[in-house]
Amino acid sequence: MAISSKTTWDLAPAPESSDHVDIKKTYGLFINGKFVPSVSGKTFTSINPANEQALSSVAEAGSEDVDKAVKAARNAYNKHWRKMPAAERAKYIFRIARVIQERAREFAVIESMDGGKPIRESRDVDVPLAANHFFYYAGWADKLSYAFPNRNPSPLGVAGQIIPWNFPLLMAAWKIAPALATGNTVVLKPAETTPLTALKLAEVIQEAGLPEGVVNIITGAGATGAALVNHPDINKIAFTGSTDVGKLIQRAVSGSDKKITLELGGKAANIIFEDAAIDQAVEGIINGIYFNQGHVCCAGSRLFVQESVYDEVLEKVKYRIESLIVGDPLDKNTDIGAINSKEQLQRVKHYLELGTKEGALLHQSSCKLPKKGYWCKPSLFENVSPSHAIAREEIFGPVLAVQTFRTVQEVITKANNTPYGLSAGVWTDKGAKIFNLSSRMRAGVVWANTFNQFDPVSPFGGYKESGYGREGGLHGLSSYLNLK
Amino acid sequence: MLKTYKLYIGGAFVRTESGRYLKLKNAKGDVIANVCHASRKDLRNAVTAAGKALPGWSGKSAFNRSQILYRMAEMLEQRGPLLVDEMVLMGLTKTAARREVNLCIDRTVYFAGWCDKYSQIFSSVNPVASPHFNFTVPEPMGVIAVVAGKDTPLLGLLSNLLPVLAGGNTAVVLAPEAYPLSSVFLSEIVNDSDVPGGVVNLLTGLHQELLPHLAGHMGIHGLIVDDCSQETAASLREQCAENLKRLFLRDSDWTDPESQHPYLILDTQELKTTWHPIEVISGMGSGY
Amino acid sequence: MPAPSTTKPARPDFRFSPRVDQVGIEERAKRIQTRSIKNESKAQGLKMVLSMMDLTTLEGQDTPGKVRQLCHKALHVHDELPGLPTVAAVCVYPSMVAVARAALGESEINVASVATAFPSGQSALEIKLADTKMAVDAGADEIDMVISRGKMLSGEYDYVFDEIAAIKEVCGKARLKVILETGELDTYDTVRRASDIAMHAGADFIKTSTGKIQPAATLPVTLVMLQAIRDFHRATGRMVGMKPAGGISTSKLALHYLMLVKETLGEDWLDKHGFRFGASSLANDVLMQLMKQQTGFYQSADYFSIS
Repeated sequence: MAISSKTTWDLAPAPESSDHVDIKKTYGLFINGKFVPSVSGKTFTSINPANEQALSSVAEAGSEDVDKAVKAARNAYNKHWRKMPAAERAKYIFRIARVIQERAREFAVIESMDGGKPIRESRDVDVPLAANHFFYYAGWADKLSYAFPNRNPSPLGVAGQIIPWNFPLLMAAWKIAPALATGNTVVLKPAETTPLTALKLAEVIQEAGLPEGVVNIITGAGATGAALVNHPDINKIAFTGSTDVGKLIQRAVSGSDKKITLELGGKAANIIFEDAAIDQAVEGIINGIYFNQGHVCCAGSRLFVQESVYDEVLEKVKYRIESLIVGDPLDKNTDIGAINSKEQLQRVKHYLELGTKEGALLHQSSCKLPKKGYWCKPSLFENVSPSHAIAREEIFGPVLAVQTFRTVQEVITKANNTPYGLSAGVWTDKGAKIFNLSSRMRAGVVWANTFNQFDPVSPFGGYKESGYGREGGLHGLSSYLNLK
Repeated sequence: MLKTYKLYIGGAFVRTESGRYLKLKNAKGDVIANVCHASRKDLRNAVTAAGKALPGWSGKSAFNRSQILYRMAEMLEQRGPLLVDEMVLMGLTKTAARREVNLCIDRTVYFAGWCDKYSQIFSSVNPVASPHFNFTVPEPMGVIAVVAGKDTPLLGLLSNLLPVLAGGNTAVVLAPEAYPLSSVFLSEIVNDSDVPGGVVNLLTGLHQELLPHLAGHMGIHGLIVDDCSQETAASLREQCAENLKRLFLRDSDWTDPESQHPYLILDTQELKTTWHPIEVISGMGSGY
Repeated sequence: MPAPSTTKPARPDFRFSPRVDQVGIEERAKRIQTRSIKNESKAQGLKMVLSMMDLTTLEGQDTPGKVRQLCHKALHVHDELPGLPTVAAVCVYPSMVAVARAALGESEINVASVATAFPSGQSALEIKLADTKMAVDAGADEIDMVISRGKMLSGEYDYVFDEIAAIKEVCGKARLKVILETGELDTYDTVRRASDIAMHAGADFIKTSTGKIQPAATLPVTLVMLQAIRDFHRATGRMVGMKPAGGISTSKLALHYLMLVKETLGEDWLDKHGFRFGASSLANDVLMQLMKQQTGFYQSADYFSIS
């Protein structure tokens, strides 16, 4: 199935306009309803990973700033938020949802500029899901007693929340919406490479008229996060990020009564049986690993193909890779944008080299990459064995490790042979097999004949070292409640 | 001659591989029994046995698990007088022992009844916006270690163990140091109640010695510790970070009827959400 | 069911045609519609659309005069815009083939004729063969036949296969397009199976619809057929063409069809031998878009001759 050269029909650039977005030259910390500089005056620069240009200079919060933010949150909790009738609380959250919808285009463009993800995804996935998440949890605020029969749910207090750079706005929504709905106040720290949409969200929160201090957003890197985790007046830590940092957090709070929930790494198996609808499975493989440049904790990074259809599946996957457009995240046709940071690109490159060294066979798209910025071609490894690092460790990039299997029992064993347990995919036309496989995957989310679907009503979270606690749905409420 | 109480691992009554024994004394200071002083190797063997038993036990129908736990309650009732005697031997008054045994029977019946109901309480069908059927169900967490508190000979142990078993998990249980005899008595009941070997593994020994090994063991998915000090709690949280095992620190008064509820089962469940596409024909959406 | 023929090559068991997941295929088709085709790629695409068009009139009220008008339009799609390609074919009923053939003269534009008791196909094989022969004898370069949907739905796959193979024989040099009438086939699985049957029986093109049944062509149903074409090519090395027909009336949608072809089959299929549009009102929309690109002004239908 070679692409011939007799006709070439390429897409002309179709950039989304960025004229209408308002990115300030500098951003302060959002504490007690106002943007304020950090006590130390320190700042850091957020850059566009697609062209390495500076976007904004952002305040870096130190421990004094963290303390101010926690105090503001505590004060807001005691004075306003805890006392407010739940139905009133709900109205504020509804309003946040509505304003995000109204400013969706601006959010989408900034998300793509700050993080490198294609505008198609930020526009069609991240931003609408973020708004929907606020809508969903807003409605829970005055209905909590129905969620937990025979319990009296009560808020925990001040929640410290730390989110990653792969879905900056969406993760902020996943954290803030349920915390507010359950009556907690919040100090949120976005990732240092992608602070801008969280700061835009702070503007939305101002616009929605939330009482001062109910949501505080502080920017900074690991040290800021550590100061938040270690602050004595925090009742709850919610973290999404790497398993290593998750473990550090659990150790750090071990001497306290802080509740924690952790959404950590993954190395999901995506299993293709010979009786699957192969073309849709191929699409699922592509979506599973190349969505958001593979910067997805639930990415289907371990592909298992039944031997009888291996050649067909691989041929089709390779062909489909060729049609993926890699480039300018703001171009409406881009399928794969920029790698989020230089550091992450190095990590991905390390695994590309390591995989080859381990004896796996690397295949990459023949696409051309832009000269400036951080880029990685969609890649896959064949001849992978279960012991290879590329089959065991989370790469968090557009790199697929392909393995084969012959029997159902074999693939169940191989799929579960990992310390992680966040997600899994199963592709077969046989219903009975789906129920067997999905129940035997040791993973919190199983996509059967689909992959990488998300919805505010659908609980998300891991088994084993992928963390604990659920986000989304009814089950996501309990992470922010005492149930006595 | 004094009786030597054995460990219960993988469905067999075994002596500790260490050859160490603890002497159990009554209030007057008389030695009343020899009890195995379990080592970390015994612990390792127990975890292995629990891991092996997991697919069978978690794969049994909920109804079947319910029947087996109810059978345990019947056995407890049947052998109740003997259990009372064991407790009296360990220093309880006859009245207190009878009351404890009755509570133990009731609690077992209570959780036997939950086996095929809790997932209906805690599951959900989630109305996603896309054409997919989406549902969330609780699934057994895996191998759970249960460390019994020191206040009761058996009730605390059972109150923590039963929700684990009802939820389809297998267990490694550390008996209360002060009351090993009733725990070993329980393992005989377990053994005679159609509970498959390895589902419950019971160790007697010193908590402070074994706790770090429980917390650090990579094959244990959840750890329940009843009634422990602040310092122990802090070090357990830290040690459990190694494989992110789920840690539950409890301090209920297990004689309080309010202390029994299905949320105890939910603690050692993982929630799984499954998605599947739904065909939409002629613009008619599905009813979910 | 007729006894298995001993003279024909062994047929695959079409019960085992690949399955199609409805939600998955529709997601993929929807994603194609997020492709933004602008500027030079739009101009190039629109010209391709024109060159792949089968201008069609299939009405009970068709007359030689109407057919001549259509042929004139085919020859002069829009003289104000020089350098445009001609359309691929004019598609008419068998009774009008001779008229069209004469009207098109020596041009490269093919005459396509529907046949086989179009549109329902509810007739005896002999009638269908005669219908086809009549069109071929009158000078048709291409035959657009319909399959027996009733037989297809009742599982008589061999019947459907044999019928197509028989028509193919009568076609001689004429290229055979096989209309599945996907709007009557109920599921994508059946569309896929019918595509496989048609290709194995000798189709040069597979085509979605007669234009008489709703829904006619859709992006997902076309994608199912394109995937069948790709798998057939992979297995046999033979290139089969694709023709969605009916319901494609805007340039934007037509361009998304081309994008679907490009991403599914590759650019080898991006000419009139690999892909056709069966449409009547699409041509003028394409022309208006091309004029707009050239002049910068939005156009009005009043300035484009109706076909």
